[in-house]
Amino acid sequence: MTLETTSASAPTARPLPRSLVACIALALLSILTLLGPVWLSVVPAWLQFPIAPALSEWLNWAVREATIGGVAMQDLTRQLASLFDIVIDSTVVVLSKGIFTGRGLNVTQAVPPLSWLAIAGTLIIVGYRLGGRPLAISLAVATSFLVFFGLWENAMVTLASVLVSVILAMIIGLALGIWSYRSQNVENITRGVMNVMQTVPIFSYLVPTLLLFGYGPSAALVATVIYALPPMVHNTVLALKSVPTEITECGTMMGCKPRQLLWQVQLPAALGKLAVGMNQAIMMTLNMVIIASMIGAGGLGFDVLTALRKLDIGSGLEAGMGIVALAIILDRTSQAAAHRIAHGRHREPGQRPLWQLVGAWLVMATVLALLIKPLQALPQAWEISTAGFWNGAVTWINQNLFDYLEGFRNFALLVVMRPFDDFLAAAPWTLIIGSVAALAYVLAGLRLTLYVTGMAMFIVLTGYWGPAMSSVYLITISVTMAVLIGYPIGFWLSSRERAQGPANFVLDTMQTLPTLVYLLPAVMLFRIGDVSAVIAVTLYAIAPAVRYAMVGMAQVPHARLEAAQIAGCKPWQTLLWVRLPAALPTLLIGINQTIMMAFSMLIIAALVGTKDLGQQVLIALNRSLVGEGIIAGLCVAALALIADGLLKAGAARASTHSPRGTSA
Amino acid sequence: MNIKHLCGSVAVAAMLAGPALAEVPESDDTIRIMTGDWTSISMQGEIMSLILQTVGYNTELVVADDSGRYPGFENGDLHIAMETWQTTQMQNLEKSVATGNVLDMGETGLQGVEDWWYPSYMKDRCPGLPDWEALKACAEVFSTADTAPKGRYVGGPLSWGDHDERMIAALDLPFEVVHPGTDAAMFAELKSAYDREAPIVLWVWQPHWVTSVYDGEYVQFPQFENECFTDASWGPNPDATYDCGKPYGWIKKMAWAGGEEVWPCAYEIVRNYNMDNATISALLVEIDLNGRSSTEVATEWLMANDATWKEWASCAM
Repeated sequence: MTLETTSASAPTARPLPRSLVACIALALLSILTLLGPVWLSVVPAWLQFPIAPALSEWLNWAVREATIGGVAMQDLTRQLASLFDIVIDSTVVVLSKGIFTGRGLNVTQAVPPLSWLAIAGTLIIVGYRLGGRPLAISLAVATSFLVFFGLWENAMVTLASVLVSVILAMIIGLALGIWSYRSQNVENITRGVMNVMQTVPIFSYLVPTLLLFGYGPSAALVATVIYALPPMVHNTVLALKSVPTEITECGTMMGCKPRQLLWQVQLPAALGKLAVGMNQAIMMTLNMVIIASMIGAGGLGFDVLTALRKLDIGSGLEAGMGIVALAIILDRTSQAAAHRIAHGRHREPGQRPLWQLVGAWLVMATVLALLIKPLQALPQAWEISTAGFWNGAVTWINQNLFDYLEGFRNFALLVVMRPFDDFLAAAPWTLIIGSVAALAYVLAGLRLTLYVTGMAMFIVLTGYWGPAMSSVYLITISVTMAVLIGYPIGFWLSSRERAQGPANFVLDTMQTLPTLVYLLPAVMLFRIGDVSAVIAVTLYAIAPAVRYAMVGMAQVPHARLEAAQIAGCKPWQTLLWVRLPAALPTLLIGINQTIMMAFSMLIIAALVGTKDLGQQVLIALNRSLVGEGIIAGLCVAALALIADGLLKAGAARASTHSPRGTSA
Repeated sequence: MNIKHLCGSVAVAAMLAGPALAEVPESDDTIRIMTGDWTSISMQGEIMSLILQTVGYNTELVVADDSGRYPGFENGDLHIAMETWQTTQMQNLEKSVATGNVLDMGETGLQGVEDWWYPSYMKDRCPGLPDWEALKACAEVFSTADTAPKGRYVGGPLSWGDHDERMIAALDLPFEVVHPGTDAAMFAELKSAYDREAPIVLWVWQPHWVTSVYDGEYVQFPQFENECFTDASWGPNPDATYDCGKPYGWIKKMAWAGGEEVWPCAYEIVRNYNMDNATISALLVEIDLNGRSSTEVATEWLMANDATWKEWASCAM
């Protein structure tokens, strides 16, 4: 970190020449574009190399015929898939389905699964031990929601596959993270690969995954793990790096071998930050539940899909909230466990071991459930549903407020969105790339310039410039809205501790409630097209904006706030001249994360009918065009990486330029 | 395999008690039947699954994408699909059958219908409907701020590869096509418009629950003939192809070729399977409107139509 700051601040000692160079270059380019040949404005055919068909062919070969050491690759992956299937299936049998005998019309259940009473009780007991009464109460609320809204059976199917995915992502992520921590070369490679993995839409590698792992839960598992892995790896590296050198040195002096040092000193000390990675892995896994259910994972995701296909928005919402309940159960429990291990609190004297309590409860609950049927599976008549209310509410809004909403839609579309879209579509491609390159040069110098230009040229050369500009337009508008809405909320929340608990629940809900649940009401009110797409992306991207605004504000040193108060600053003056400048680097990183989230949502926005890269990926998926899907997905990644590079450079600059004193 | 299914099945088992139906199947390998994200395929898949299981096979329902299914069938990951629509999947099916790994298992007896559709209340606002020429005069009725003065027509997802733009050009209709990314978005717009009695014209296909729930009808375009797509002089516009409505089409069953040797009798049952639009539509209403599970409805159908499905399954009796 210290190295980076010095290297970044050295060239900024002479900032003027660099921006001057950039300006002159840009002006020259503009003149050239205006006077020069047309191909400088419109991407010409000879500059586009359709490599997708060749890639499709190669991938088909690789998947079907390639061998590794004499063994067909497909055989290897299929073996792996059947292993995963066994794990998932046995979890499902225990949690949700039980064991059946007989077939077709003659089927009977031989052994029931664990009853809801047994599972919910176990969760609450474990929660109480790990996190005391507050956690036990949250878990009780979440599990009763699942039971009484009739979501239990499918929730357990989802839980089974989510558990397996998260555990797998954690093991692989931890291993990769430790490896990267130990070797700088490995870290450079994994960081690049993980950045791409995080931004390529999952739909673009779905077809190859299906070919390698077959249709069903294991393909969904693999796709989910690929998606959830990057934050785990990133956070493992970060966590290990943040372990104070004193602790590591102490371990070495005690005579620890490297393995002992890692497992008994460094990892336990890093656990707090590892928990952040775990949280992200869980959240991202639950994000994938809908898409995983499209390729055979079943469970709650499939409930959401089928309900929405029937336009039963209320039932879709309930099943979606079931996914949120699962997220809360998993996240809160794992956080409490990590916290407990990190603080080294063990069983208090006189307390029974947890496994004894859980074991006793499981036996008791199972016996009870066998005697009293509703404790095994709640009768349908006892279930509650609020679906009718929600459906009614949507209809009411539609019938009574549509005209106002239509006015808003027309304004947004005709005055803001269409002109911007047209502008980006008509602007010469060389000028757009030139401006981005110039900005990169001013912010960080030649290396970043070459990097972003390379990324942009990849899009040009593969022939996706048009759709890419459409994506840029959607992302820019959505992120602007998300930041404009999310940052003020975050600023407001940062000084109100009591509001933060409920706010965190709302944010978790926004990040794990399947977007489709509010995408369809959006379509009903704002019609098919870009307005609905922007609303969906914005709603999803608000959560990280709020979170980073809160974190940024919390980091402002108290001394400065007090100084401002003594100087007689009004609240808005403090915000503008003290808080914002101090929080700027974090706020910029927050915009960066908001953009990343928005990119990951493009593919869902495509479902309402955009004409951007997300739509290209969707079409490729529907037509099983393996190569096209991957190339279009890589273009999404290229856009995301350009934004990432520019904003990180901006944040680094902001933190070195951060004003020491204020004008107050 | 939920609890409802279980209760239903136990009841059925009690009723059917008597001579065991099941002959030993040729193989214990699981037959994977494709199910999709629209109701009719999951229900027909469920019916076939129940029949095959009852005569002794192991089956499993696997979710796959409508157009994304072909690699799975060519690989032998998926074995049987009960619906392949001529209107959207004909070329994919032909390509897949040409690989030699996939079998065309014959028609289901269902007829797929799809074309421009509007709610009945639009008849008053656009006199002359259902004749297509009426649309020329009242395009503005169907317009929105961003398409005006042209009408707004909600077409199918881009990936379905329809040719509405070409048809609009050929018939000189003052309309603009809006493409959703998924059928759910399409019907969300329909519901929104229908609840407000607002103007809408969109692509609707059958069998589908929409035509049972909402009152409306299809625009009558010049009726499709093969020449319409190939011969410009055919139809109202002498200089253009595609100057006609969409073709009606078969819905076929398909299967993995390798399965013929593993489960010959099961494949025969699939070939024998035959339904009609009216039966399926009635079952769809039970599921989509009355909120029952497809397993439950399929079980009920099997119980009520014992003779029919046993005839299909005569090789297993």
